[in-house]
Amino acid sequence: MRFTSIVMSTESTHPTPELIEAMGKLADREIKAGRMLDTAGLMPLATGARVTIQDGKLSVVDGPFVEAKEVVGGYAIFELQSKEEAVALAVEFMQLHKDLMPGWEGTCEVRPYFEPGTEGICDPLAEARA
Amino acid sequence: MTVASTHQTILAVWRIEQPRLITSLARLLRDVPLAEDLTQETLTVALERWPKTGIPERPGAWLMTTAKRRALDHLRRRRMLDQKHEMIIREMEEEEQIMPDLDTPLDDDIGDEMLRLIFTACHPLISREARVALALRMICGLTTSEIARAFLVTEAAIAQRIVRAKRTLSESGLAYETPHGEQLSQRLASVLEVIYLIFNEGYTAARGDNWFRLQLCNEALRLGRVLTSVAPREPEAHALLALMELNASRAAARTDAAGNPILLLEQNRSRWDQLQIQRGLKALMRAQELDGAGGIYALQAAIIACHAKAMAADETDWRRIADLYAELAGLLHSPIVELNRAVAVGMVEGPEAALDIVESLRDEPALKDYHLLPSVRGDLLYKLGRYDEAWRAFEAAAALAENKRERDFLMRRAGGAAAAAKG
Repeated sequence: MRFTSIVMSTESTHPTPELIEAMGKLADREIKAGRMLDTAGLMPLATGARVTIQDGKLSVVDGPFVEAKEVVGGYAIFELQSKEEAVALAVEFMQLHKDLMPGWEGTCEVRPYFEPGTEGICDPLAEARA
Repeated sequence: MTVASTHQTILAVWRIEQPRLITSLARLLRDVPLAEDLTQETLTVALERWPKTGIPERPGAWLMTTAKRRALDHLRRRRMLDQKHEMIIREMEEEEQIMPDLDTPLDDDIGDEMLRLIFTACHPLISREARVALALRMICGLTTSEIARAFLVTEAAIAQRIVRAKRTLSESGLAYETPHGEQLSQRLASVLEVIYLIFNEGYTAARGDNWFRLQLCNEALRLGRVLTSVAPREPEAHALLALMELNASRAAARTDAAGNPILLLEQNRSRWDQLQIQRGLKALMRAQELDGAGGIYALQAAIIACHAKAMAADETDWRRIADLYAELAGLLHSPIVELNRAVAVGMVEGPEAALDIVESLRDEPALKDYHLLPSVRGDLLYKLGRYDEAWRAFEAAAALAENKRERDFLMRRAGGAAAAAKG
């Protein structure tokens, strides 16, 4: 099963060198264990853009944005056996933040990938493929 | 947290930590089977304690400490027996002075140990089946019952294989080490073979109705990724990984909603897994950079890469595929490779040229019961408008196919040829 872990926090925070080192070690271990397929950090929101539909109107707005409370800072893609494993890895990852970056607040969201044949889930790309 | 979900969490953590626990204990004890036993015992301890105490903040460090204490206890009991152990105990006891320090990540550099573990689990002295079981258990952390389910055999049979393999390891006094030079390449071949065996068992399940067993493919891929990261200078390891990633990238497109196989050229390519294709192409490139372009796995991976790179079936570089098969045939002298080459030649030069190759293979004893020979033959005959012969070829192929899905598919093709013959 494939999962992605998405880390979100307030934009102003920058990880401490200790945290960066510890996260690097964790990522290294996960790559060596063959579980992590991909990972990346994202540039600040100000460097991105948003394409929005609101009131039936489509608009493109370049960053920076006024109201950005939670911003995606990075993600990792895993190939695992169960959701429990994905959660255990997210807990380990967040524990590092708790230990090495006191005061930091944020979320690590764990999401399984859509897989063909998964019941009760709408496949947004089904029509495009057909 | 309910007891059941606590157990799920414990198993998940344990699966993540288990290879590290085994490799660390094996290094301390110089005994892989014992390390595996003590690692299992550690799981039992966690399953007893954590539901009462809650899951510790650093479960990995907790497991490592517990496992090492178990190892120390074990050595203490045998202290009088062996002078060598005396020395190890002292080392470990020194280490124990600082042991309650759970903050320090334990045994960061497990690469070499992991490689040793892989080589030990895939030792040629152990039977092929047992090597598969050991690798899945010690490196992937699959339970005996999971392995049994994947290979459609009883749990008792798998347990027995593991016990026997562990006994062989103990009794033969195998050095727990990574071989060097020529020995390494010989042993590596055995390791690669085991990994590819696991992958293929999952990719085309030879028996039964289940055409595709994803779980085994994923575990083989994991083993391949572990191997390339702990033995990064081995071109064939990267090549095998490339071959597996590229093959697996087509998983979602290989069957229709009812589970029937869809042929490569008819697959919806937008369903191919692009992440996996990129990983596969990268691994192949790495193999080529290491001067491994001509290896058996690299050539096969290069063939699949031709398909993976074609956005549409008719953009496939069949000329290159035919050349690669010719090169592979020079290495393997395998009638199956020759049959595949025939398919590629058929795409470049037309069905007539391909049929010449296929007809020359009809007396090959190795292909006597191989359903793909009459299947390919049927396809070529059909393209040449020789529907009557095509019909009989597809029927012969269906009679030989052991997998129900494939049999059904071939029967449908036979029906199509029969209709064309009569029409």
